[in-house]
Amino acid sequence: MIVQALAFYMFATVAIAAGVMVISARNPVHSVLFLIAAFFNAAGLFVLMGAEFLAMILVIVYVGAVAVLFLFVVMMLDINFVEMRQGFLQYLPIGGLIGVILLIELLFVFAGWTVTPDAGNVAALPMFDLSEVSNTRALGRLLYTKYIYLFQAAGLVLLVAMIGAIVLTLRPRKGVRRQKVPDQVRRTRAESVEIKKVETGKGI
Amino acid sequence: MLSWDFLALQPALPEVFLALSTMALLMLGVFRGDGHTRILSWFAVLVLGLTLLLVLDGIGGTQRAFGGIFIVDAFAQYMKVLALIGSSFAVVMSLGYIEREKIARFEYPILFLFATLGMMMMISANDLIALYLGLELQSLSLYVIAAFRRDSTRSTEAGLKYFVLGALSSGMLLYGASMVYGFAGTTGFDRLAAVLDAGAAPVGLIVGLVFVVSGLAFKVAAVPFHMWTPDVYEGAPTPVTAFFAVAPKVAAMALFVRVMIDPFGALITQWQQIIVFISIASMVLAAFAAIDQRNIKRLMAYSSIGHVGYMLIGLAVGTEEGISGLIIYLTIYVFMNVGTFACILCMRSHGRMVEGIDDLAGLGRTNAPMAAVLTAFMFSMTGIPPVAGFFGKFFIFRAAINAEMYTLAVIGVLSSVVAAFYYLRIVKVMYFDEPAERFDRPIGREMSLILVGTGLFIVFFFPFISPLLTGAGVAARSLFVG
Repeated sequence: MIVQALAFYMFATVAIAAGVMVISARNPVHSVLFLIAAFFNAAGLFVLMGAEFLAMILVIVYVGAVAVLFLFVVMMLDINFVEMRQGFLQYLPIGGLIGVILLIELLFVFAGWTVTPDAGNVAALPMFDLSEVSNTRALGRLLYTKYIYLFQAAGLVLLVAMIGAIVLTLRPRKGVRRQKVPDQVRRTRAESVEIKKVETGKGI
Repeated sequence: MLSWDFLALQPALPEVFLALSTMALLMLGVFRGDGHTRILSWFAVLVLGLTLLLVLDGIGGTQRAFGGIFIVDAFAQYMKVLALIGSSFAVVMSLGYIEREKIARFEYPILFLFATLGMMMMISANDLIALYLGLELQSLSLYVIAAFRRDSTRSTEAGLKYFVLGALSSGMLLYGASMVYGFAGTTGFDRLAAVLDAGAAPVGLIVGLVFVVSGLAFKVAAVPFHMWTPDVYEGAPTPVTAFFAVAPKVAAMALFVRVMIDPFGALITQWQQIIVFISIASMVLAAFAAIDQRNIKRLMAYSSIGHVGYMLIGLAVGTEEGISGLIIYLTIYVFMNVGTFACILCMRSHGRMVEGIDDLAGLGRTNAPMAAVLTAFMFSMTGIPPVAGFFGKFFIFRAAINAEMYTLAVIGVLSSVVAAFYYLRIVKVMYFDEPAERFDRPIGREMSLILVGTGLFIVFFFPFISPLLTGAGVAARSLFVG
């Protein structure tokens, strides 16, 4: 028990500290690296909750793909971050004011937090008994049965995103020599190799 | 534990068919290349027509699928038919245009089909998540189509502007939906309705509702979320603008009505005042802002904002009569706009598209048939009897009067008088000004057919009134019975 609590506090503290560093680090590359640290610790928290599938997905998708993509973008785009930060102090009062107003509004909302009385009965989560099925299997069973429509719809949205990216950016270039695999395979020994008998000491 | 109920696809058959055929056509396009865009477009129209038949063939009564996420009722059927008709018209109207402007790429009809699929999913959404996914499928396709002429700065600007503002509105919608979920504990419309009928709604839920309304108001382009409309309408290729003005409006309006009436019907006192405000603001702003427009596409953008204002009167009333009025108005709006945009697409001189209102000068003398048809559409937009537009306004205003919302009706009538100025100015320019340059002819067989068809529908509207009334009545009733 105590180990679990210790682990929780360690992951949580590091995650929050890394989160703070993401927005306060001077060098954007460092920010992205701190972001990766935050993701790893969040994955640790998921493991503690028994959601190992989500933890692995977080590491693979967010650390493996998204964060690395960020890193590439940050390194490739030549953005002058010092210049972007100029005017920060100038906008601080008005930004701070809006922040305070939002905070007060949020407090009001939380003060009036009364969940509709019926909500408890309604929100019976379609959950499986986790002692019987593994995490991944439980998610899969829900995703491919109850939520199949939404799953497929999300797939269609991604397909349209792909088509859109191709439509808007792909420009066919003329004069590019392409590898033609069938032509290469069709070549025979007779048309590509010629054997010459070379007599010694004579040359061709 | 596993049940096979989720495989009961029957109610969603049209959507499944449309999705599968779209992907089949996509494969065809990928392997055959851009040279086959025309034939692919005709295939797209065929697919839309078959989907329309499947929708009409649907089983009567209210049906749910996928565990209640997806709903088919008379309202959904009616709106899907309307959206499919609008999309088919838009695809047909694009045929000549994309070839002339050299943007005929095979993805063009495919994206139209995907957008239509998104619309059908929006119309049938019975859950906040399904609503959002349908909306995104539709919007994402529209962003790409808006920027389809990628070598033109205005088109890409339109696409980018639409994308950024659309993403913002989706964000608002999602924020609202998450608050609704947080306070009500469910995203399903049926369960939301049950929860809200049972007891008073907490403040947080109403805050969420306001955000959802804002997001939806953006999608139908109602004031104060209308800023993107004129720029996007002006910048996008003209047939795309025609599509924007017709089909997505139908879908977004249907979604708006369903969300307000079905899950949040019990909160009508809360959302009624918001809708009343949006409606009045849209009517008034559109009437005054359009006066100064010189570009006919911008004018049509403001005109569509105004029409949305009139339709929202029907929603603000919140009764069966109001919704039925809205449905009739929407039907007339679709045909009226298809016709008007067909006219705009014929405004070409020396092989170039012209978009100024002054370019129409003297059309009554240089091209009498087109001028006559356009006059009919302008009369209809104004709402002059006996053309169709009058009846649309009539049923909407009658619903408002019967519900004793006199202010709304009076402001509606007054703003339509102001709007008459800029619609009738077009008629004046066509008949009384000195002729400008002639437009290129011939305009093509498809265009003539669309012009004649929609024109006849608008002018000789009398025989259509009673079937439309019956259809709209059945559709509206299905919403209230649940």
